[in-house]
Parts: sequence; structure tokens; C-alpha cells
Amino acid sequence: MKKYFEKTIGPTLDAIGFTVLLLFRAFAQSHQVFFKRREIMEQMFIAGVGSLFVVSIVSIFTGMIMGLNTGLGLRDFGAEGQIGLLLTITLTREMSPFMTSLILAASVGSAMAAEIGTMKVSEEIDALEVMSIDPVRYLVMPRIFGFSVMVPILCIYSSTLGILGGAIVGHFQLGIDIMSYMQDVYYRISSIPGLKDLYVGVLKGYVFGLIIATVSCSQGLRTTGGAIGVGQTTRQAVVTSFLMVIFFGYVITAIFYK
Amino acid sequence: METIAIEMKNVHKAFGERKILKGMNLKVKKGETMVILGPSGTGKSVSLKHLTGLLDPDMGECLIFGESISFAADKTKERLRSKLGVLFQSGALINWLTVYENVALPLREHKIADGEELDHIVMEKLRWLDLVPAKDTMPSNISGGMKKRVGLARALTSQPEIVMYDEPTSGLDPVMSNVINDLVVRMQKELGLTSIVVTHDMNSAYRIADRISFLYEGQVLFCGTSLEIQNSTNPVIQQFIHGKTEGPMVLDHSELKQVKSN
Repeated sequence: MKKYFEKTIGPTLDAIGFTVLLLFRAFAQSHQVFFKRREIMEQMFIAGVGSLFVVSIVSIFTGMIMGLNTGLGLRDFGAEGQIGLLLTITLTREMSPFMTSLILAASVGSAMAAEIGTMKVSEEIDALEVMSIDPVRYLVMPRIFGFSVMVPILCIYSSTLGILGGAIVGHFQLGIDIMSYMQDVYYRISSIPGLKDLYVGVLKGYVFGLIIATVSCSQGLRTTGGAIGVGQTTRQAVVTSFLMVIFFGYVITAIFYK
Repeated sequence: METIAIEMKNVHKAFGERKILKGMNLKVKKGETMVILGPSGTGKSVSLKHLTGLLDPDMGECLIFGESISFAADKTKERLRSKLGVLFQSGALINWLTVYENVALPLREHKIADGEELDHIVMEKLRWLDLVPAKDTMPSNISGGMKKRVGLARALTSQPEIVMYDEPTSGLDPVMSNVINDLVVRMQKELGLTSIVVTHDMNSAYRIADRISFLYEGQVLFCGTSLEIQNSTNPVIQQFIHGKTEGPMVLDHSELKQVKSN
């Protein structure tokens, strides 16, 4: 039992503690945001512009797939015209933050973990510490701040493209009038529940962004053992981010939609 | 009375069940170049990590100008580290910064200098180490020797009193090794720096050392001048300095055992 604790539960608790502490330490460096604005902008560029193409393609096709499936199902009841409404709810509230976060965890988060992990094994982190440059201030804070600001923006972008994807399928395959589709979308978004969906979606994006960036940086900083260690770190960062995104996605939905 | 710049007092360190340092004692005088020699796995790099405050000992302490860096508060560590410059084995340059930006990094991050003043300091170091033509080059596009010189230039920007070198000549050709050796000597003579050099390279050790400490099985087995170590009758030292495969030295197989057990 003692051995099991030492090998599994102990290191897991250690990792959780380190990650939570890292997030607090990054927020404690908030006053450096202006000084680090260039690095934060760079991270926003990497997360935003760097993954724009993948997010665009995935979002459009997700909207098209969901639109087609839902439309065909609703056609049996003569209600295929409602797909605009349904897609707006599903995409803004749940699907876009979820999809965007998974894409970013797999692309940007993994790169972040590998980059910091490589720095750790090649003594660059040690060098920063010896120069009294706090790695949290220099590396972690810009990544967490830049990433967590960019994810909600990408969520809104992804929702917009998903809704457009649904409109394309709705018009060309289901024969829905495009103006009527857009009116449904507008009606939902401008209503109180629609606005709630929007801000819950944005909040989810922000929380997921914090989670992915913090987990990736934490894994990177805890890397040991050369190239194999970097590989393990990267895999662990992606897997942990996925699980945390799913878990906190449920928690936020449960809190806001009781 | 001579000032002691660096001191290790009865330092013990173990990683899991593997004991690396077993009561290491070392004193380095101000302005002296101390070379730490020893076979792989005897704790040379671990000693440097203790002296820079990257590791804390299980027992004992490390002093920089009489003040303990072991278990020190962040502010104290920061103050003591401002007296240190470290050249890491690989140079440890930040990959996305140019040579110039790497050298300027400590000055920028600590807001010590900006604009023309920063440029003046950085260019002075680059000129000193003959790096001006490479100033806009990325670390991935320069040679190993140049990386070490950039690492040295960066270590010198904060004007340290002590410089620590971790295997400064490893992976370099003999000519480049001697360039680095000459730099170490030059820095001691021109800047009066105290140096600790961890190396395996005997030629380098003889060329730069005021004194040599031979580390074996986590303790200092011998400490003396180049001549004294060459005249030592200790069979372990004789085996090491002559690179003989036969002798009393216990080769470190613990890493191999660890790999096998995994």
C-alpha cells in the first residue's frame, strides 16, 4: 500500500499541487503584464493565428455535420427549419469551447509543454534561475495570459463559422431559406438565454485556456530525463488537458444550467 | 587574511537511495581558479548546482562570501546569485533569442539597463569574446564553441565576482578548447574573477587551475596544485589523470543498473 502511494497517488498529488501553485504564481505576476506585453502578444499570435486554419476547417465542418444530422432528424417532424436555433444553442454554449480547446490542447498546448520541457532538460530553466530570472514570470505568465485571452476569442470565431457551416448545409441540402435561418440565429443570440449561452461559452473558453496553458507549462517544468522525458511530458500534457477540459466543462454547465 | 569566496561545508546529497555527495568540503579563495576533477557520477555538476542554489543539500551548507545560499530565502538567493555567473555545459541559450538578445537578457529582465546603455554593455561583452559578427545569429545556427562563448558573455553581463563553468571544453575540438581555456585565464587576470571549473579534461585543468580538487565517491580526495596532483602517489588519482582502464577506481554503474531495473 505504501509503495502504491509512493508510485501513483503521491506523484499525482504532487503534480496537482505544483500546477495549482503555478497558476497562483502566474497571477501573482499580473503587475508585469505591461512589461511582458510583447511576449503575451506573441503567445496570442501563436495560439490564435497559428491555429486559425485548423479551427476554421473543424468549425465549419462540425456546423455542417451537426446541421445535416439534426436537420434530417427534424425533417421527420417537419421541423428542419429549427436547425439555426439548435445549432446556435449547441455551438455557443458547448461545442465551440469544447472543440476549440481540444484543438488548441493538441496543437498549441503540446508544443508549449515540449518547448518548456526541452528548456528544462537542456538546463535553460536552470540558467534563468541562476540569472535570478523567475521562469514563471519569463515563460509561464505570458503563456497563460496570452493563451487564456485568445481561447474565448477563438470560441466566438468557431461558433460563427459553425453556424455558417450549418447555414450552407441547411440551404443547399435541406432547402431551408437562408434569411429565415439567420433570423433564428439572430433571435436566439439577442435573447436573454442566448446571451447567457454566449457568456457561458466565453467563460468556458477562458477557463479551458487557463487549464491547458497551466497544465502544459506545469508538465514542461517538471520534465526529467532527456528526449524520452520530453515525449512523456507532451503526451501527459495533452491527456491531462483533455480530461480537465471535459471535467470542468461539465462543472460549468452544471453551475449555470441547473 | 585571505577571503574565502566559496565554501562547501560537509555537504551530503542523495537522490532516492543513490548517495551522490558524502560530506564534501571545499574552500575557494577570492581570485583563485579552482578546477574540480573526477570521474563521471561523482557529483561534480551536483556540487555546482548546490553552489548556485539550484539544489539544497540533505546536510551541510554552501557559502558564497560567507553567506549561506543553501535553504536561503528567495531575496537572499537573488542577491547571492547576482555575484555569480554560470556557464552551462551546453551554453543553455534561449533558443528563440538571437546572440545579442541572449547576452542582453539579464540586463533587460532586471531592468538594469536600457537603450544605448544596454547596447554599450552588450557590445562590449560581445567584442571581448569576439562575437560581434554573430550578434544577430540564432543559437541553432552557431557552433558549440560559439554557444559557450555566448553563454560566457551572458554570464558576464551582470558583472559577477565568481564564474562557474560546467565542462567548458566538452565536445569542442582542441583548438576551440584552448580558446575557452585562454578565456578563463584571461578573465581571472584581467577581471580578477574567482572561478570554479568542473571538467574531465586534464590538459584544460593543468592550463587554467591554481588548485585542483579531485572528487571521488562524493568527497574531495585530493586538493592541490597541478604539479602536486601530477606527483600524487594516490593510485586512484594516478589512474584518472593517466586515463588507465586498469586500476583501483570503481567505475560508476549505478545509472546502468537504474536503466535495467526500469
